[in-house]
Amino acid sequence: MPDLGRYALEVSLAYGLSAVLILGLVVLSVARAARVARALDRAEARRNG
Amino acid sequence: MSLWSYANPVRFMGATRPLVPILGAVAGVCLVLGLAWGFFFTPDDYRQGSTVKIIYLHVPAALMAINAWFMMLVASLVWLVRRHHVSALAARAAAPVGLTMTLIALVTGAVWGQPMWGTWWAWDPRLTAFLILFLFYLGYIALWEAVEEPDAAADLTSVLCLVGSVFAVLSRYAVNFWNQGLHQGASLSLDAETNVADVFYYPLLVCIAGFVALFGALVLLRTRTEIRARRLHVLRLRERMADA
Repeated sequence: MPDLGRYALEVSLAYGLSAVLILGLVVLSVARAARVARALDRAEARRNG
Repeated sequence: MSLWSYANPVRFMGATRPLVPILGAVAGVCLVLGLAWGFFFTPDDYRQGSTVKIIYLHVPAALMAINAWFMMLVASLVWLVRRHHVSALAARAAAPVGLTMTLIALVTGAVWGQPMWGTWWAWDPRLTAFLILFLFYLGYIALWEAVEEPDAAADLTSVLCLVGSVFAVLSRYAVNFWNQGLHQGASLSLDAETNVADVFYYPLLVCIAGFVALFGALVLLRTRTEIRARRLHVLRLRERMADA
């Protein structure tokens, strides 16, 4: 771990908040993609009998 | 094959299926490599100390925030002129990604600004233009959700996108228009005198590549989801009509 000196809080905060936002966006996007794909598969299966 | 052929949803889905994991992998590698390089293996700046490490998040996020809006602008124009549904859905899919990038740029800028400028926020031309861009992203997403008829929603959001482009331009060039405010000039420049030092520049380029790939992967993934959601909506409507 590098010595961040007196700005350790600011640098950690920037990296921590960015990680939360990026990972949150990725997780939500992937989860919705999977949910919609499953629902569409079910709807197509009903349609095809 | 013409670019317009990808306006066909089936062809678009087929072409983008392998691209999403490839871009996702490139994004993961570049982000881990670039951020680790910048965080662990670059020195502190002689004036800004360790806060210079925030550049590896702030600059790529700000770049993508503006460029995401321009991508939405191009897609919106394609919708308005040629009425290709995939382009309207691609613009819709990009908005939450652009919103997140704008939020990261604003948050990391505030966290960086506090120790350097002595304030979290100032009504500086570039900061203010970025805040307005953030509000435009929120308005754009809200408008898509508020209008039930998909084509009307695409029309209205496309017009909103055209208007918001003024602030996307201002976000990038405000520091050139007004020689005032706290925010410095562009960090990246072809002029070696004003460009950041090489020791920060190369890891920054890797991080930018990571953010670009992440944006591409997420927009393609989300566009594919929007196309599926549109198809699902149609099938459910048909089921309801058949039941009635």
